[in-house]
Amino acid sequence: MQEALRLISPGAEPVRADFVEQARRLRHGSDGASRGLALTIRGLRKSFGDNEVLRGIDLHIPAGQFVAIVGRSGCGKSTLLRLIAGLETITAGTIGFSEETRPEDVRVMFQEPRLLPWARVLSNVEVGLGHERHLPDAQARAESALVEVGLDEKRGQWPAVLSGGQKQRVALARALVSQPRVLAFDEPLGALDALTRISMQRLLERVWHDQGFTAILVTHDVSEAVALADRVLVIEEGGIAHDIEVDIPRPRRRGSAQLAALEGSILKNLLQGTEDTSDL
Amino acid sequence: MSLIDSLPRVGAPKLPRVDGLIPWIVPLTIILIWQVACVTGFVSARVLPAPSDVALAGWKLLLSGELARNIWVSFWRASVGFLIGGSIGFSFGLANGLSQTSSKLTDTTLQMVRNIPHLALIPLVILWFGIDESAKLFLVALGVFFPIYLNTLHGIRTVDPQLIEMGRIYGMSDGELFRRVIFPGALPSIFVGLRFALGIMWLTLIVAETIAASSGLGYMAMQAREFMLIDVVVLSILIYALLGKLADSASRALERLTLSWHPAFQKH
Ligand SMILES: Nc1ncnc2c1ncn2[C@@H]1O[C@H](COP(=O)(O)OP(=O)(O)OP(=O)(O)O)[C@@H](O)[C@H]1O
Ligand SMILES: [Mg+2]
Repeated sequence: MQEALRLISPGAEPVRADFVEQARRLRHGSDGASRGLALTIRGLRKSFGDNEVLRGIDLHIPAGQFVAIVGRSGCGKSTLLRLIAGLETITAGTIGFSEETRPEDVRVMFQEPRLLPWARVLSNVEVGLGHERHLPDAQARAESALVEVGLDEKRGQWPAVLSGGQKQRVALARALVSQPRVLAFDEPLGALDALTRISMQRLLERVWHDQGFTAILVTHDVSEAVALADRVLVIEEGGIAHDIEVDIPRPRRRGSAQLAALEGSILKNLLQGTEDTSDL
Repeated sequence: MSLIDSLPRVGAPKLPRVDGLIPWIVPLTIILIWQVACVTGFVSARVLPAPSDVALAGWKLLLSGELARNIWVSFWRASVGFLIGGSIGFSFGLANGLSQTSSKLTDTTLQMVRNIPHLALIPLVILWFGIDESAKLFLVALGVFFPIYLNTLHGIRTVDPQLIEMGRIYGMSDGELFRRVIFPGALPSIFVGLRFALGIMWLTLIVAETIAASSGLGYMAMQAREFMLIDVVVLSILIYALLGKLADSASRALERLTLSWHPAFQKH
């Protein structure tokens, strides 16, 4: 299956079945501590005018955890993510990180790659360095981030000539280049085709393992959530309705019975509030 | 450049040298037919002189130095008027695109003034400035102002807000945000304004020089009309066309240079 994938999409990231094990050994072999930041949210509320979107969120995310957030469209997933990233103002409550953060420590990746069309791939990645982009090693760091996502040979291209998946990988390199300690993803793979999605999911899992940041992934794809995350949060009516531990060892085999069973139960939770489920 | 033409064609191999000549086929054919029609007497020389006669008239004026002087005067008026009107329009476009306050203060007024055709001001301008240089510069500057203003403003207002948010997330300062995100994003629209403005610049100048001038190409044409020198009249018209084409080519070249990232300008 993996060989077949590689044959079908030759541009896709080469699949490395053993990387997860390697990464785990590397991380836990050395000191075991994660570079990520822990995150604590207390009594978080957010309203837009009269519309109260989040009504009291309490949440602790340990350092280095991979958390997926699912929920129906419009339930406030993006709002929660934007609050964590500091892109919206908090109505009430607190969001605290375990250590003092620099702006470069928290990065967001969106569904749209948001690349500057008038900048070459490499300088788009350099943008991600934030205040450090004027340091002499900026270019070298941007290059190694591109290598990390397997797009080194595209460094001199305009974004317009890249495929959707390649653009998203450049956006990932831009988010990674400052070595963030929290990385928030808002449906980063939502616009990609099925094959590209799978190879991007593997890429996300690999960089998360290699770099040890805390990952928060908003997705509408429950199978993606259970394949990648340590923990799945279901948001309903402005609060966390379910908090599900995904206790399945990595590397996870896509399509395995264990994953499918978990996915089924989460989907059932999601659909509980829906009155009309006959068409689903 | 249209999008469809710039798409790579399947099968047909490109012949660059022939490709460059294609735009000249139609004008050359027209000149040839024109020449033949005049020589055979199909068209009377009192209606339209033959291209060879026009060329001869041009040669004579060139030798006397009159042609170069008039072209220079017109060129000077066009470019100075353009620079004045263009830079004021650009500044207002930037200010109103970037600042709410500035936009509230001036945009409504400017939109009202825009509805007056600037050539309608000619009688007033002659009363104010006479047939002085400043009259022509004023009219050209006024004509050029609006396309540049409107397109700069539009360009800045339509920069993708998601890109601006991205710039802010990645810690760009206001200056950097302008230089790296807003200005490049507005540039395609600014170029549209530039090309419109160049067209208006020549139009205004022709009218102004024909009505109120004592030098320049338009004046040369009006003088020739008084003496029934129809070849010189046609010559002035052709030179206007040539200068207009030249200005357009220059702006296209600049566009190609600065917008090389744009899919429509990418070489295949
Ligand atoms: N800037 C805003 N101003 C006003 N209302 C907003 C704003 N942003 C979000 N909302 C409202 O907040 C609610 C939640 O929006 P949000 O984008 O967080 O949903 P979501 O869970 O991400 O949905 P989707 O899965 O469709 O992306 C919606 O009702 C939306 O209309
Ligand atoms: Mg959303």
